[in-house]
Amino acid sequence: MRLIVENLACARGGRTLFEGLSFALAAGEGLRIVGPNGAGKTSLLRVIAGLLAPAQGRVALEGAEGGAGEASHLIGHQDAVKGALTVEENLEFWRAMLGGGAATVETALSVLGLAALAPFPARVLSAGQRRRLSLARLLVAKRRLWLLDEPASGLDADGLQTLSRLIAEHLAAGGITVAAAHGAPDVPGAREIRLGGGA
Amino acid sequence: MSEALKAILVRDLRLALRAGGGAGIGVMFFLAVVAVTPFAIGPDMKLLARMGAAVLWIGALLASLLGLDRVFAVDQEDGSLDLLLIAPLPLTLVAAAKGAAHWIATGLPLVIAAPLLGLLLGVEPAALGAVALTLLFGTLALTFLGLVGASLSVMLPRAGMLVAVLVLPLAVPILIFGVAATEATARGELFSAPLRLLLALCLFFLVLGPLAAAAALRHARD
Repeated sequence: MRLIVENLACARGGRTLFEGLSFALAAGEGLRIVGPNGAGKTSLLRVIAGLLAPAQGRVALEGAEGGAGEASHLIGHQDAVKGALTVEENLEFWRAMLGGGAATVETALSVLGLAALAPFPARVLSAGQRRRLSLARLLVAKRRLWLLDEPASGLDADGLQTLSRLIAEHLAAGGITVAAAHGAPDVPGAREIRLGGGA
Repeated sequence: MSEALKAILVRDLRLALRAGGGAGIGVMFFLAVVAVTPFAIGPDMKLLARMGAAVLWIGALLASLLGLDRVFAVDQEDGSLDLLLIAPLPLTLVAAAKGAAHWIATGLPLVIAAPLLGLLLGVEPAALGAVALTLLFGTLALTFLGLVGASLSVMLPRAGMLVAVLVLPLAVPILIFGVAATEATARGELFSAPLRLLLALCLFFLVLGPLAAAAALRHARD
């Protein structure tokens, strides 16, 4: 499996964020996208997921049925957590919705350190705990491509360690990660591209 | 696939029925409309009974427009909609499942409440059953028509009024045939022409609503 980005350009509201971006990632490779605020890191992830149309160029995921979007997990700025549902119900919903087939809800919650909070409504979670719940989605359904937008935001030291471990395990199993980051967790062997700022 | 459909249905129903979900607002509004009508028209029981079916239909129509703008907006605001867009389940079916959940939480209570509220207006027993029957199809048609308005306004904050303005003109045929079908059914005609037209509208929107809503949601991304 390979993720190929060719001559990609992205424009938002008539303003070009980046253009002429090309890279290819093979199975087991992780990429960090760095750059100042507004450089287009989030937009690049959304273009890869198929949520935004590129102004130019193309994104292809070789060896996957359907588009790159269906083969990817997207962890965005927003946590997609419903406050009125319990922690468990939130994750159960995404497990059913994303096709399941991987870790059970219980396992995923305990890996992220949320097992004790399972029966409580998600509205009582702190920002970091919401982020952990959001990251638990990565475990309940199998996807080859992980698109992570500032996945570390709000996490404590222990959470960062868990995140680094999950990413390392995913890469070791032949997955691909693309992460936008300021101070991203260190992923062994991660490549880096810089958007904006004269890149 | 059916597991994902069930998951959406269960989640949206839970969200609607738990505190702050707003499932009861429509019925309360319906009750308010019906309760104030006799005060405005006066204590003429014959007139009230004659107008009853139409008043019930107007109340149910307006009540079912109330929560429509939130159907997709709540998922847009917390990022769930992005994930639903790239989920394996086709977006048309996502929209259909959300429409079904919205109807069970807000439309079905109106159908059940209508005969009871009809008693307040002095509507005849035969017409009470007819109102419930026609509203069953009518609210279903309104909800699925409303999905289109809800998806078009998903990127706009405070879109409640806009959705009502978008949906209302298209809802007028449902109201016309709904009231006509109620009168025909109350007279004892089983499959009158207006009832068949109402059923046709219902089927039309059941199919077209989710398709159009999915197209609008995809388009709204850019």
